[in-house]
Amino acid sequence: METRKTALYDVHQQAGAKLVEFAGYYMPIQYRGIIEEHRRVRTTVGLFDVSHMGEFIVKGPNAEAFLQKITINDVSKVDVRQVQYSAMCYPEGGIVDDLLIYRFPDHYLMVVNAANLDKDWEWANRHLIGGVTLTNESDRYSLLALQGPMAQKTLQKLTALDLNKIDYYWLDEAEAAGVPMMISRTGYTGELGYELMMPNESAVKVWKAVMAAGAEFDIEPIGLGARDTLRLEMKYCLYGNDIDQTTNPLEAGLGWITKLNKGEFISREALLQIKAAGLKRKLIGFDMPGRAFPRHGYAIYSGGERVGVVTSGTFSPSLEKGIGTGYVPVELAAVGTPLEIEIRNSRMPATVCETPFYKK
Amino acid sequence: MTVPEDLLYTNEHEWVRVEGDVAVVGITDYAQGELGDVVFVELPAVGTAVKQADAFGTIEAVKAVSDLFAPASGEVVEVNPLLTDAPETVNKDPYGEGWMVKVRLSSAGELANLLKADAYKQLVG
Repeated sequence: METRKTALYDVHQQAGAKLVEFAGYYMPIQYRGIIEEHRRVRTTVGLFDVSHMGEFIVKGPNAEAFLQKITINDVSKVDVRQVQYSAMCYPEGGIVDDLLIYRFPDHYLMVVNAANLDKDWEWANRHLIGGVTLTNESDRYSLLALQGPMAQKTLQKLTALDLNKIDYYWLDEAEAAGVPMMISRTGYTGELGYELMMPNESAVKVWKAVMAAGAEFDIEPIGLGARDTLRLEMKYCLYGNDIDQTTNPLEAGLGWITKLNKGEFISREALLQIKAAGLKRKLIGFDMPGRAFPRHGYAIYSGGERVGVVTSGTFSPSLEKGIGTGYVPVELAAVGTPLEIEIRNSRMPATVCETPFYKK
Repeated sequence: MTVPEDLLYTNEHEWVRVEGDVAVVGITDYAQGELGDVVFVELPAVGTAVKQADAFGTIEAVKAVSDLFAPASGEVVEVNPLLTDAPETVNKDPYGEGWMVKVRLSSAGELANLLKADAYKQLVG
Protein backbone atom coordinates (compact mmCIF):
# COMPACT_ATOMS: atom_id res chain seq x y z
CA MET A 1 0.00 0.00 0.00
CA GLU A 2 1.22 3.46 -0.82
CA THR A 3 2.56 5.45 2.10
CA ARG A 4 0.19 8.28 2.93
CA LYS A 5 0.71 11.87 3.96
CA THR A 6 -1.06 13.78 6.69
CA ALA A 7 -2.51 17.20 5.89
CA LEU A 8 0.64 18.68 7.47
CA TYR A 9 3.22 16.84 5.36
CA ASP A 10 4.42 19.95 3.53
CA VAL A 11 4.57 21.94 6.76
CA HIS A 12 6.80 19.26 8.30
CA GLN A 13 9.09 19.24 5.29
CA GLN A 14 9.45 23.00 5.43
CA ALA A 15 10.25 22.75 9.14
CA GLY A 16 13.14 20.39 8.33
CA ALA A 17 11.55 17.25 9.75
CA LYS A 18 13.03 13.85 9.18
CA LEU A 19 10.00 11.99 7.87
CA VAL A 20 9.81 8.22 8.22
CA GLU A 21 7.13 5.71 7.40
CA PHE A 22 5.10 4.86 10.46
CA ALA A 23 1.81 2.94 10.41
CA GLY A 24 1.37 3.66 6.72
CA TYR A 25 2.06 7.41 6.97
CA TYR A 26 5.07 9.61 6.46
CA MET A 27 5.45 10.98 9.97
CA PRO A 28 7.99 13.38 11.47
CA ILE A 29 10.33 11.37 13.70
CA GLN A 30 12.29 14.49 14.65
CA TYR A 31 12.94 18.09 13.64
CA ARG A 32 15.92 19.50 15.57
CA GLY A 33 16.77 16.43 17.61
CA ILE A 34 14.95 14.20 20.07
CA ILE A 35 16.69 15.44 23.22
CA GLU A 36 16.06 19.10 22.49
CA GLU A 37 12.44 18.45 21.50
CA HIS A 38 11.89 16.36 24.62
CA ARG A 39 13.24 19.11 26.89
CA ARG A 40 11.15 21.72 25.14
CA VAL A 41 7.95 19.86 26.01
CA ARG A 42 9.10 19.36 29.61
CA THR A 43 10.08 23.02 30.05
CA THR A 44 7.79 25.10 27.81
CA VAL A 45 5.61 23.83 24.95
CA GLY A 46 5.68 21.74 21.79
CA LEU A 47 3.27 20.85 19.00
CA PHE A 48 2.84 17.33 17.60
CA ASP A 49 1.05 16.09 14.50
CA VAL A 50 -0.62 12.83 15.50
CA SER A 51 -3.05 12.72 12.60
CA HIS A 52 -2.09 9.13 11.87
CA MET A 53 -4.25 8.08 14.83
CA GLY A 54 -7.57 6.45 13.90
CA GLU A 55 -11.00 7.90 14.65
CA PHE A 56 -14.21 5.85 14.78
CA ILE A 57 -17.56 7.47 15.50
CA VAL A 58 -20.15 5.41 17.38
CA LYS A 59 -23.76 6.61 17.16
CA GLY A 60 -27.19 5.25 17.95
CA PRO A 61 -29.32 4.24 20.92
CA ASN A 62 -27.08 1.25 21.72
CA ALA A 63 -23.75 3.06 21.39
CA GLU A 64 -23.03 2.79 25.10
CA ALA A 65 -23.96 -0.89 25.24
CA PHE A 66 -21.72 -1.61 22.26
CA LEU A 67 -18.74 0.15 23.86
CA GLN A 68 -19.42 -1.63 27.16
CA LYS A 69 -19.20 -4.92 25.25
CA ILE A 70 -15.95 -4.29 23.40
CA THR A 71 -13.98 -2.24 25.95
CA ILE A 72 -12.81 -3.08 29.47
CA ASN A 73 -13.40 0.23 31.26
CA ASP A 74 -16.87 1.26 32.45
CA VAL A 75 -18.37 3.44 29.72
CA SER A 76 -21.47 4.14 31.84
CA LYS A 77 -19.26 6.32 34.06
CA VAL A 78 -18.32 8.65 31.19
CA ASP A 79 -20.23 11.92 31.25
CA VAL A 80 -20.96 14.03 28.21
CA ARG A 81 -17.70 15.82 27.30
CA GLN A 82 -15.61 13.42 29.33
CA VAL A 83 -12.75 11.27 28.01
CA GLN A 84 -11.84 7.77 29.16
CA TYR A 85 -8.72 5.67 28.68
CA SER A 86 -9.64 2.08 27.91
CA ALA A 87 -8.66 -1.03 25.98
CA MET A 88 -10.25 -3.70 23.83
CA CYS A 89 -9.34 -7.28 24.68
CA TYR A 90 -9.65 -10.68 23.03
CA PRO A 91 -11.80 -13.33 24.76
CA GLU A 92 -8.56 -14.90 26.09
CA GLY A 93 -7.58 -11.61 27.76
CA GLY A 94 -4.88 -10.42 25.32
CA ILE A 95 -5.10 -6.81 24.21
CA VAL A 96 -6.50 -5.79 20.79
CA ASP A 97 -5.60 -2.15 21.34
CA ASP A 98 -5.66 0.63 23.90
CA LEU A 99 -7.73 3.68 23.07
CA LEU A 100 -9.46 6.82 24.23
CA ILE A 101 -13.24 7.13 24.28
CA TYR A 102 -14.67 10.65 24.01
CA ARG A 103 -18.32 11.27 24.80
CA PHE A 104 -20.15 13.97 22.84
CA PRO A 105 -23.80 14.96 23.35
CA ASP A 106 -25.04 12.62 20.61
CA HIS A 107 -22.21 10.20 19.92
CA TYR A 108 -18.96 8.65 21.09
CA LEU A 109 -15.55 8.93 19.45
CA MET A 110 -12.94 6.17 19.66
CA VAL A 111 -9.35 7.25 19.01
CA VAL A 112 -7.21 4.20 18.28
CA ASN A 113 -3.59 3.48 17.43
CA ALA A 114 -2.68 4.02 13.79
CA ALA A 115 -0.80 0.73 13.55
CA ASN A 116 -3.93 -1.12 14.70
CA LEU A 117 -6.49 0.77 12.66
CA ASP A 118 -7.48 -2.01 10.24
CA LYS A 119 -7.47 -4.66 12.95
CA ASP A 120 -9.55 -2.49 15.30
CA TRP A 121 -12.05 -1.64 12.56
CA GLU A 122 -12.47 -5.31 11.73
CA TRP A 123 -12.77 -6.22 15.43
CA ALA A 124 -15.33 -3.52 16.20
CA ASN A 125 -17.44 -4.46 13.18
CA ARG A 126 -17.31 -8.15 14.03
CA HIS A 127 -18.85 -7.37 17.42
CA LEU A 128 -21.28 -4.71 16.25
CA ILE A 129 -24.78 -4.87 17.72
CA GLY A 130 -28.10 -3.50 16.48
CA GLY A 131 -28.92 0.14 17.08
CA VAL A 132 -25.34 1.27 16.50
CA THR A 133 -23.84 3.08 13.53
CA LEU A 134 -20.07 2.77 13.36
CA THR A 135 -18.14 4.95 10.93
CA ASN A 136 -14.42 5.22 10.27
CA GLU A 137 -13.58 8.94 10.06
CA SER A 138 -9.82 8.49 10.23
CA ASP A 139 -9.26 10.01 6.78
CA ARG A 140 -11.29 13.12 7.52
CA TYR A 141 -9.71 14.40 10.70
CA SER A 142 -6.36 15.73 11.78
CA LEU A 143 -5.20 15.50 15.37
CA LEU A 144 -2.67 17.87 16.93
CA ALA A 145 -1.22 17.57 20.41
CA LEU A 146 -0.10 20.76 22.16
CA GLN A 147 1.90 19.74 25.23
CA GLY A 148 3.98 21.44 27.89
CA PRO A 149 3.70 23.86 30.83
CA MET A 150 2.92 26.74 28.42
CA ALA A 151 0.31 24.81 26.41
CA GLN A 152 -2.66 26.50 28.05
CA LYS A 153 -1.24 30.00 27.71
CA THR A 154 -0.52 29.29 24.04
CA LEU A 155 -3.95 27.93 23.19
CA GLN A 156 -5.82 30.50 25.25
CA LYS A 157 -4.61 33.20 22.87
CA LEU A 158 -6.53 31.54 20.05
CA THR A 159 -9.91 30.84 21.64
CA ALA A 160 -12.66 32.61 23.56
CA LEU A 161 -13.34 29.41 25.46
CA ASP A 162 -12.01 29.58 29.03
CA LEU A 163 -9.55 26.69 29.06
CA ASN A 164 -9.60 26.61 32.87
CA LYS A 165 -13.03 25.04 32.47
CA ILE A 166 -11.63 21.94 30.78
CA ASP A 167 -10.37 19.53 33.45
CA TYR A 168 -7.94 16.69 32.84
CA TYR A 169 -9.62 14.10 30.60
CA TRP A 170 -12.52 16.36 29.63
CA LEU A 171 -13.26 18.02 26.29
CA ASP A 172 -15.16 20.84 24.73
CA GLU A 173 -16.13 21.94 21.25
CA ALA A 174 -15.13 25.47 20.40
CA GLU A 175 -13.59 27.71 17.83
CA ALA A 176 -9.84 28.22 18.01
CA ALA A 177 -7.83 30.11 15.39
CA GLY A 178 -11.20 30.62 13.68
CA VAL A 179 -11.70 26.88 13.20
CA PRO A 180 -14.42 24.84 14.95
CA MET A 181 -12.69 21.92 16.67
CA MET A 182 -12.66 19.51 19.54
CA ILE A 183 -10.32 20.49 22.36
CA SER A 184 -9.55 17.84 24.94
CA ARG A 185 -7.22 18.10 27.89
CA THR A 186 -5.37 14.90 27.13
CA GLY A 187 -1.93 13.86 26.00
CA TYR A 188 0.83 11.28 26.03
CA THR A 189 3.63 13.25 27.68
CA GLY A 190 2.74 13.72 31.35
CA GLU A 191 2.63 17.50 30.85
CA LEU A 192 -0.26 19.92 30.86
CA GLY A 193 -1.63 19.76 27.35
CA TYR A 194 -4.43 19.59 24.87
CA GLU A 195 -5.32 17.58 21.82
CA LEU A 196 -7.09 19.36 18.99
CA MET A 197 -9.17 17.54 16.41
CA MET A 198 -10.32 19.31 13.27
CA PRO A 199 -11.16 18.50 9.64
CA ASN A 200 -8.05 17.97 7.47
CA GLU A 201 -8.78 21.13 5.44
CA SER A 202 -8.20 23.29 8.54
CA ALA A 203 -5.13 21.52 9.93
CA VAL A 204 -2.50 23.75 8.31
CA LYS A 205 -4.30 26.90 9.42
CA VAL A 206 -4.51 25.69 13.01
CA TRP A 207 -0.90 24.44 13.04
CA LYS A 208 0.41 27.80 11.87
CA ALA A 209 -1.78 29.75 14.29
CA VAL A 210 -0.63 27.62 17.25
CA MET A 211 3.02 27.94 16.25
CA ALA A 212 2.62 31.73 16.02
CA ALA A 213 0.77 31.94 19.34
CA GLY A 214 3.46 29.86 21.03
CA ALA A 215 6.38 31.82 19.57
CA GLU A 216 6.74 33.89 22.72
CA PHE A 217 7.16 30.62 24.66
CA ASP A 218 9.70 29.23 22.16
CA ILE A 219 7.31 26.62 20.86
CA GLU A 220 8.79 24.05 18.46
CA PRO A 221 7.30 21.17 16.47
CA ILE A 222 7.96 17.82 18.15
CA GLY A 223 8.41 14.48 16.40
CA LEU A 224 7.42 10.94 17.25
CA GLY A 225 10.90 10.26 18.63
CA ALA A 226 10.41 12.64 21.55
CA ARG A 227 6.80 11.51 21.87
CA ASP A 228 8.17 8.06 22.66
CA THR A 229 10.78 9.22 25.20
CA LEU A 230 8.20 11.50 26.87
CA ARG A 231 5.63 8.73 27.19
CA LEU A 232 8.16 6.21 28.43
CA GLU A 233 9.36 8.56 31.20
CA MET A 234 5.72 8.44 32.40
CA LYS A 235 5.53 4.64 31.87
CA TYR A 236 2.56 5.08 29.58
CA CYS A 237 2.08 1.85 27.63
CA LEU A 238 2.85 1.69 23.93
CA TYR A 239 0.91 -0.90 21.95
CA GLY A 240 3.27 -3.23 20.12
CA ASN A 241 5.96 -2.71 22.77
CA ASP A 242 4.52 -2.99 26.27
CA ILE A 243 1.11 -4.40 25.45
CA ASP A 244 -0.14 -6.66 22.67
CA GLN A 245 -2.17 -9.79 22.00
CA THR A 246 0.10 -11.82 24.33
CA THR A 247 -0.25 -9.52 27.36
CA ASN A 248 -3.29 -8.92 29.52
CA PRO A 249 -4.26 -5.58 31.05
CA LEU A 250 -3.85 -6.79 34.64
CA GLU A 251 -0.18 -7.71 34.29
CA ALA A 252 0.38 -4.55 32.21
CA GLY A 253 -0.58 -2.39 35.20
CA LEU A 254 -3.90 -1.47 33.59
CA GLY A 255 -6.03 -2.95 36.38
CA TRP A 256 -7.28 0.57 37.05
CA ILE A 257 -9.11 0.59 33.70
CA THR A 258 -10.25 -3.05 33.96
CA LYS A 259 -13.74 -2.94 35.46
CA LEU A 260 -14.56 -6.59 36.04
CA ASN A 261 -17.79 -5.76 37.87
CA LYS A 262 -19.34 -3.52 35.22
CA GLY A 263 -21.28 -6.41 33.67
CA GLU A 264 -20.57 -8.64 30.70
CA PHE A 265 -17.86 -7.67 28.21
CA ILE A 266 -15.47 -9.45 25.87
CA SER A 267 -12.57 -10.93 27.89
CA ARG A 268 -14.29 -10.65 31.28
CA GLU A 269 -14.32 -14.42 31.95
CA ALA A 270 -10.65 -14.78 31.09
CA LEU A 271 -9.61 -11.75 33.13
CA LEU A 272 -11.61 -12.98 36.14
CA GLN A 273 -9.79 -16.31 35.94
CA ILE A 274 -6.41 -14.61 35.54
CA LYS A 275 -7.13 -12.46 38.55
CA ALA A 276 -8.34 -15.40 40.66
CA ALA A 277 -5.28 -17.47 39.75
CA GLY A 278 -2.98 -14.58 40.66
CA LEU A 279 -0.69 -12.71 38.33
CA LYS A 280 2.42 -14.58 37.18
CA ARG A 281 4.30 -11.53 35.93
CA LYS A 282 4.10 -7.75 35.96
CA LEU A 283 5.21 -4.87 33.78
CA ILE A 284 7.87 -3.11 35.83
CA GLY A 285 10.06 -0.09 35.29
CA PHE A 286 13.81 -0.24 35.85
CA ASP A 287 16.71 2.12 35.56
CA MET A 288 20.37 1.54 34.81
CA PRO A 289 23.48 3.33 36.11
CA GLY A 290 26.16 4.66 33.80
CA ARG A 291 25.97 4.67 30.05
CA ALA A 292 23.93 1.50 29.60
CA PHE A 293 20.73 1.82 27.62
CA PRO A 294 18.08 -0.88 27.41
CA ARG A 295 16.22 -1.52 24.15
CA HIS A 296 13.03 -3.31 23.16
CA GLY A 297 13.77 -7.02 22.95
CA TYR A 298 16.83 -7.21 25.24
CA ALA A 299 16.76 -10.11 27.73
CA ILE A 300 16.25 -9.52 31.46
CA TYR A 301 18.20 -11.77 33.85
CA SER A 302 18.10 -12.43 37.57
CA GLY A 303 20.58 -14.70 39.34
CA GLY A 304 21.90 -16.04 36.04
CA GLU A 305 18.46 -16.98 34.80
CA ARG A 306 16.58 -15.36 31.96
CA VAL A 307 13.39 -13.98 33.54
CA GLY A 308 11.90 -11.62 30.97
CA VAL A 309 12.29 -9.27 28.04
CA VAL A 310 12.61 -5.50 27.82
CA THR A 311 9.44 -4.12 26.20
CA SER A 312 10.51 -0.45 26.00
CA GLY A 313 13.87 1.14 26.67
CA THR A 314 15.65 4.36 25.97
CA PHE A 315 18.04 7.02 27.13
CA SER A 316 15.89 9.28 29.31
CA PRO A 317 16.55 12.91 28.35
CA SER A 318 15.14 14.14 31.68
CA LEU A 319 17.00 11.71 33.94
CA GLU A 320 20.04 11.31 31.67
CA LYS A 321 20.25 7.57 32.18
CA GLY A 322 18.87 4.38 30.74
CA ILE A 323 15.28 3.52 31.64
CA GLY A 324 13.12 0.65 30.53
CA THR A 325 10.08 -1.49 31.08
CA GLY A 326 9.60 -5.22 30.89
CA TYR A 327 7.63 -8.14 32.24
CA VAL A 328 9.22 -10.03 35.15
CA PRO A 329 7.86 -12.70 37.53
CA VAL A 330 5.86 -11.05 40.36
CA GLU A 331 8.45 -12.10 42.95
CA LEU A 332 10.98 -9.87 41.13
CA ALA A 333 8.63 -6.91 40.69
CA ALA A 334 9.24 -5.06 43.98
CA VAL A 335 10.94 -1.66 43.80
CA GLY A 336 14.63 -2.07 44.59
CA THR A 337 14.96 -5.58 43.14
CA PRO A 338 18.27 -5.97 41.29
CA LEU A 339 18.07 -7.25 37.71
CA GLU A 340 20.49 -7.59 34.83
CA ILE A 341 19.92 -6.55 31.24
CA GLU A 342 21.84 -8.32 28.52
CA ILE A 343 23.37 -5.67 26.27
CA ARG A 344 25.58 -6.98 23.47
CA ASN A 345 26.53 -10.18 25.34
CA SER A 346 27.29 -8.55 28.67
CA ARG A 347 24.89 -8.40 31.58
CA MET A 348 24.58 -4.90 32.95
CA PRO A 349 23.05 -4.03 36.35
CA ALA A 350 19.54 -2.58 36.56
CA THR A 351 17.16 -1.93 39.45
CA VAL A 352 13.38 -2.06 39.59
CA CYS A 353 12.36 1.55 40.29
CA GLU A 354 9.35 3.69 41.08
CA THR A 355 7.26 4.82 38.14
CA PRO A 356 6.53 7.22 36.54
CA PHE A 357 10.28 7.50 36.05
CA TYR A 358 9.94 11.26 35.69
CA LYS A 359 8.37 13.31 38.46
CA LYS A 360 7.92 17.05 38.56
CA MET B 1 25.04 16.77 4.44
CA THR B 2 28.74 17.01 3.73
CA VAL B 3 31.09 14.42 2.21
CA PRO B 4 34.68 15.75 2.30
CA GLU B 5 36.63 14.96 -0.86
CA ASP B 6 39.85 13.98 0.92
CA LEU B 7 38.43 11.07 2.94
CA LEU B 8 37.72 7.41 2.21
CA TYR B 9 34.42 5.78 3.18
CA THR B 10 32.86 2.42 4.01
CA ASN B 11 29.46 1.15 2.93
CA GLU B 12 28.52 1.27 6.63
CA HIS B 13 29.12 5.05 6.81
CA GLU B 14 32.51 5.25 8.53
CA TRP B 15 35.13 7.65 7.18
CA VAL B 16 38.92 7.35 7.18
CA ARG B 17 41.58 10.03 7.03
CA VAL B 18 44.95 8.49 6.22
CA GLU B 19 47.84 10.21 8.02
CA GLY B 20 51.01 8.29 7.16
CA ASP B 21 50.55 4.73 8.47
CA VAL B 22 47.69 5.75 10.75
CA ALA B 23 43.99 5.88 9.84
CA VAL B 24 41.74 8.29 11.74
CA VAL B 25 38.22 6.83 11.85
CA GLY B 26 34.81 8.36 12.48
CA ILE B 27 31.24 8.20 11.19
CA THR B 28 29.91 10.36 8.39
CA ASP B 29 27.63 13.36 8.56
CA TYR B 30 24.95 11.25 6.90
CA ALA B 31 25.33 8.56 9.60
CA GLN B 32 25.10 10.99 12.51
CA GLY B 33 22.01 12.57 10.92
CA GLU B 34 20.31 9.21 10.52
CA LEU B 35 21.19 8.14 14.07
CA GLY B 36 20.08 11.36 15.73
CA ASP B 37 21.32 12.46 19.16
CA VAL B 38 24.30 10.31 20.11
CA VAL B 39 24.35 9.47 23.84
CA PHE B 40 27.14 6.89 24.08
CA VAL B 41 30.06 5.68 22.02
CA GLU B 42 31.66 2.41 23.08
CA LEU B 43 35.20 2.14 21.71
CA PRO B 44 37.97 -0.48 22.04
CA ALA B 45 40.97 0.05 24.32
CA VAL B 46 44.30 1.25 22.95
CA GLY B 47 46.22 -1.80 21.80
CA THR B 48 43.19 -3.69 20.52
CA ALA B 49 43.61 -5.33 17.12
CA VAL B 50 40.79 -4.58 14.70
CA LYS B 51 40.03 -6.24 11.38
CA GLN B 52 38.63 -4.60 8.28
CA ALA B 53 34.82 -4.89 8.10
CA ASP B 54 34.52 -6.33 11.62
CA ALA B 55 32.64 -4.50 14.37
CA PHE B 56 35.01 -2.58 16.65
CA GLY B 57 32.55 -0.62 18.76
CA THR B 58 28.98 0.58 19.10
CA ILE B 59 27.22 3.89 18.99
CA GLU B 60 24.02 4.55 20.91
CA ALA B 61 21.57 7.25 19.92
CA VAL B 62 18.37 7.99 21.80
CA LYS B 63 16.35 5.82 19.46
CA ALA B 64 18.78 3.22 18.20
CA VAL B 65 22.08 1.44 18.58
CA SER B 66 24.49 0.67 15.74
CA ASP B 67 27.73 -1.24 15.35
CA LEU B 68 30.85 0.56 14.20
CA PHE B 69 32.83 -1.28 11.53
CA ALA B 70 36.57 -1.04 11.10
CA PRO B 71 37.46 0.48 7.72
CA ALA B 72 40.89 -1.17 7.82
CA SER B 73 42.88 -3.70 9.85
CA GLY B 74 45.46 -2.69 12.42
CA GLU B 75 46.05 -1.76 16.03
CA VAL B 76 44.16 0.94 17.89
CA VAL B 77 46.75 3.53 18.92
CA GLU B 78 44.46 6.30 20.18
CA VAL B 79 40.83 6.67 21.27
CA ASN B 80 39.07 10.04 21.31
CA PRO B 81 38.79 10.86 25.04
CA LEU B 82 36.28 13.64 24.38
CA LEU B 83 33.51 11.20 23.47
CA THR B 84 33.29 9.69 26.96
CA ASP B 85 31.69 12.79 28.44
CA ALA B 86 30.55 14.55 25.28
CA PRO B 87 29.26 11.87 22.88
CA GLU B 88 27.13 14.55 21.19
CA THR B 89 30.38 15.81 19.61
CA VAL B 90 29.77 13.12 16.97
CA ASN B 91 26.62 15.02 15.93
CA LYS B 92 28.22 18.45 16.08
CA ASP B 93 31.47 17.77 14.26
CA PRO B 94 31.51 14.27 12.75
CA TYR B 95 34.63 14.81 10.60
CA GLY B 96 36.60 16.82 13.17
CA GLU B 97 36.32 16.73 16.98
CA GLY B 98 33.96 13.76 16.68
CA TRP B 99 36.61 11.33 15.40
CA MET B 100 36.59 7.97 17.21
CA VAL B 101 39.81 5.97 16.94
CA LYS B 102 43.21 6.05 15.28
CA VAL B 103 44.39 2.73 13.86
CA ARG B 104 47.98 1.88 12.85
CA LEU B 105 47.42 0.16 9.53
CA SER B 106 48.70 -3.40 9.21
CA SER B 107 47.86 -3.80 5.53
CA ALA B 108 47.58 -0.48 3.76
CA GLY B 109 46.53 -2.30 0.59
CA GLU B 110 43.08 -2.79 2.15
CA LEU B 111 42.38 0.91 1.68
CA ALA B 112 41.71 0.09 -1.97
CA ASN B 113 38.49 -1.60 -0.81
CA LEU B 114 37.09 1.70 0.49
CA LEU B 115 34.90 4.18 -1.36
CA LYS B 116 36.06 7.55 -2.62
CA ALA B 117 33.91 10.59 -1.90
CA ASP B 118 32.05 10.45 -5.24
CA ALA B 119 31.12 6.81 -4.74
CA TYR B 120 30.01 7.46 -1.17
CA LYS B 121 27.88 10.41 -2.29
CA GLN B 122 26.14 8.08 -4.71
CA LEU B 123 25.58 5.54 -1.95
CA VAL B 124 23.77 8.01 0.29
CA GLY B 125 22.10 9.70 -2.65
